[in-house]
Amino acid sequence: MADTRRTGLNELHRELGARMVSFAGWDMPVQFPMGVMAEHLHTREKAGLFDVGHMGQVLIRPQDGDIASAALALETVIAADVLSLPEGRQRYGLFTNDTGGILDDLMFANRGDHFLLVVNAACAQQDIAILKGLAGVTVTPVTDRGLLALQGPQAAEVLARIVPQAADMRFMDSVTLDWQGHALWVSRSGYTGEDGYEISVPEAQVEAFARALLEHPEVAPIGLGARDSLRLEAGMPLYGHDMDAGVTPGAAGLGWAVSKARRQGGAREGGFPGAGVILPELARGATSVRRGLRPEGRAPIREGVVIFAANEGGEPLGQVSSGGFGPSVGGPVAMARIPADIPEGTTVFAELRGKRIPATVAALPFITPSYKR
Amino acid sequence: MLKYTEDHEWLRSDGDEVTVGITKHASEQLGDVVFIELPEEGREVEAGEEIVVIESVKAASDITAPVAGVITAVNADLADAPATVNEDPMGTWFFRIKPADASAVEGFMDEAAYQALIG
Repeated sequence: MADTRRTGLNELHRELGARMVSFAGWDMPVQFPMGVMAEHLHTREKAGLFDVGHMGQVLIRPQDGDIASAALALETVIAADVLSLPEGRQRYGLFTNDTGGILDDLMFANRGDHFLLVVNAACAQQDIAILKGLAGVTVTPVTDRGLLALQGPQAAEVLARIVPQAADMRFMDSVTLDWQGHALWVSRSGYTGEDGYEISVPEAQVEAFARALLEHPEVAPIGLGARDSLRLEAGMPLYGHDMDAGVTPGAAGLGWAVSKARRQGGAREGGFPGAGVILPELARGATSVRRGLRPEGRAPIREGVVIFAANEGGEPLGQVSSGGFGPSVGGPVAMARIPADIPEGTTVFAELRGKRIPATVAALPFITPSYKR
Repeated sequence: MLKYTEDHEWLRSDGDEVTVGITKHASEQLGDVVFIELPEEGREVEAGEEIVVIESVKAASDITAPVAGVITAVNADLADAPATVNEDPMGTWFFRIKPADASAVEGFMDEAAYQALIG
């Protein structure tokens, strides 16, 4: 595809022997020679380096110079409390539509005089269009920076060797740090369930910075394959799979992202698209929500598999939105939107190739996260 | 002598039976194998029929019967140790089949032709 985009690490991926795939219009590594299973386990044991340069980075600046103005503008399109976010902190949020569905999920950080948003690659154009419709803010898509994630229990130790101040950060901090005279936008967060960082690096330095991290024996390059199995075990939803424009925050199991201040009775109740659907649903509880499933045996239960209450007959309870093999769990794991009132520990049945496989309704996440709070 | 199919299976004639596995190339393309579902012994199968499900961390694939015949044995060890397919694909068999037509195997590729196919 001629118009497939490349991150600043494309040549490095090829040099490292990556198998490349087209993902959301970008040429990205799905795995390195180590393989998905070993990459996954390496990240949980040591530190994995991910290229997430396909994700959209967007700056939002208040035209009146008051960061609160930008926060309130963002609150008209994001169902989260943006206003109370202190400088140097990051929060998770959702863009919603008029029918209460989710248009994208994102991270937003208060960086003093502006906000930094990180959005999904496949939704970036749409999100930027929405943001450009806001009054009183200047929207600047960041086109001259790469984005890396360093994830795993040894991520902090490794990063501190080349960026010492990173060690002082707490989970969801977002600050600017120096590396050899270049400004890194660093947040302590990620998409694996492990401690770690996401680091925005000037495009001209991104390959050198990645190489500087890969020099450390704890660090291995990790592809999108392991990124998916890591986030699945961590119970994190993936846009376009576990949620989309037809799924409400409540049904996606993301009600927690709709901050108290924006809920019924909150200081700034509603005021975002679909609030009239989303808030009453959160108040009474969604009938079907994203739940964890632990299928029996070893067969992965993947997206689209239909879930039933009984081992034969009956109406479907719902279907799997993400599923696969969890290398750290050592067996298949899945997430499915099924009735909220089914107690944890209940056996349900996943219809796979004409056979119904028992699966236990389980709490999310499937692993214990190790964030540095 | 081994024969090869376009579906990246290797075939080894053992008396009047044929032992079937997947090639190194196939195992590399699949990635880490996590689950294998084998056919029942004694089952009569058609050539091209999907009789094995092989799931890697990335996706589900099928292995087809290379020839028509009867499944005479399956490698039950694979259920608990699917990763052996990645570790030693050429030494890991999936099933044995007794072809309905004893000469059916002869038409498949030899090593040189298969290497040319995968380039």
